[in-house]
Amino acid sequence: MVELSQASILYDLPGPRAKRRNAILGVASTVGIIALIAYIGYKFADTGQFEARKWEQFQYASVQRELLGGLWATLKAAGIAAVLALLFGAVFASARLSDKWILRTPATFVVELFRAIPLLILIFFGYYVPLQYGWSIDKLWALVIGLMLYNGSVLAEIFRAGINAVPYGQTEGAYAVGMRKNQVLRLILLPQAVRSMLPAIVSQLVVLLKDTALGFIITYPELLFVGKQIGGRLPFGLPYVPTYLIVAAIYIAICGALSILAWWLQKRMGQSRRTAAKVLPAQSVGEDSARMV
Amino acid sequence: MGEFFRVLTDNGQLFVDGFTNTVKLFLIAAVGSLVLGTLLGAMRVSPVPALRAFGATYVNLVRNTPLTLVFAFLVFAVPKLDVNIDYFSSAAIALTVYTSAFICEVIRSGVNTVAAGQAEAARALGMTFGQVLTLIVLPQALRAMVPPMMSVFIAMLKNTTIAAGFSVLEAGAIPAYMAERGEPQFAVLLWITIGFLILILPLVALQRILERKWRVAR
Repeated sequence: MVELSQASILYDLPGPRAKRRNAILGVASTVGIIALIAYIGYKFADTGQFEARKWEQFQYASVQRELLGGLWATLKAAGIAAVLALLFGAVFASARLSDKWILRTPATFVVELFRAIPLLILIFFGYYVPLQYGWSIDKLWALVIGLMLYNGSVLAEIFRAGINAVPYGQTEGAYAVGMRKNQVLRLILLPQAVRSMLPAIVSQLVVLLKDTALGFIITYPELLFVGKQIGGRLPFGLPYVPTYLIVAAIYIAICGALSILAWWLQKRMGQSRRTAAKVLPAQSVGEDSARMV
Repeated sequence: MGEFFRVLTDNGQLFVDGFTNTVKLFLIAAVGSLVLGTLLGAMRVSPVPALRAFGATYVNLVRNTPLTLVFAFLVFAVPKLDVNIDYFSSAAIALTVYTSAFICEVIRSGVNTVAAGQAEAARALGMTFGQVLTLIVLPQALRAMVPPMMSVFIAMLKNTTIAAGFSVLEAGAIPAYMAERGEPQFAVLLWITIGFLILILPLVALQRILERKWRVAR
């Protein structure tokens, strides 16, 4: 039984014949999906992925410590980059919203440029250029700088959209009661904007966390890099498959939790009537979706 | 300044090869993810609960996995399953698998932007399912889908650089080759940036135009 609220516009509430047809399709597709999973399971068993020696090393405290070390490196890079990106975003968003073109134009240029350059290339700027001049730069900082420039630019756009989501009448009203520009921003716009953009900010932080995996390419020892090392051990029969499954599970658990938070915030904010600003959807403002680049 | 141009003229072939492969990778993965993404999108709006659940699981798992991990799995783990694919195909598959999840979401939300009343009104006029779909729902849904679809493809074009970490010679791999040749990296990276701007700016402009022209009044 499809509830009305979920009913798609593509089909009506099913009648008896449609119900029968859907049931048949449902059984057929369930069988198909199970067959697919079974085939993958067979392929795993056939190539010895379920062998005990491929999995037993995860019981060792030293291997667990290695994985935790990788996770810590990932979280450290993500944490530093998140703080810096939020700062970067705040500075450039306020510059873009300024009345003075001398601030607005360069800020627009910087934000648009960093969103158009592939993140890996930004990281390479932080990695190869210092090498060229013989400076030793920590790989952590090469990664963090790239993440800050890209995600900071995206966040700047989110902040700007958040301020713009407050209806203009509010600003007019505030000026009419005699508030100064600074007061309007601080007392009227920001409190509402922060609420409306919170879901989008959280989901951008998921993107940032996922992108720390690019540290793998410049051999920063984050989770994926550690995974490759553990997976490449000959005495354990090159357990790449089990290791990557575990690494994937860790990423999905952390990013999934944050995604759920973003979704929950969006739902909650969408219902509350305490702000006139329209909530920015968590998913439509992200690395790979609407209005981006 | 002279050195800046010399970097390009001395290594022209490498830049040409790199960017050619980038464009190839982009085109193959674009077609692949459009097909797989549409399939998943159809699953997510279908009346069959099992298909909806499968589509939702796929999207949620893939969207919370780093693309670099998908690449690593295909390049290092899949050969251990006795499936042997070359690096370029692995990269194309990784991009397709990842981008499909985003295409699927664009399609699903595109269909959802059409108000249910539109289809109801069409049915009340006596239109058949096929007519409702082709005359009322799809034209509106497609208009809403195309601009976000463009930005998914723009993001994918940038994501092709990740193949550099997995032995595919495309634009993102040029810095590693240049490091071996001892070329000034700042100039190399600037040229790669310029290359990407040339590829991306027309796409961004097209997206802006479509966004403005195809806005649906609702």
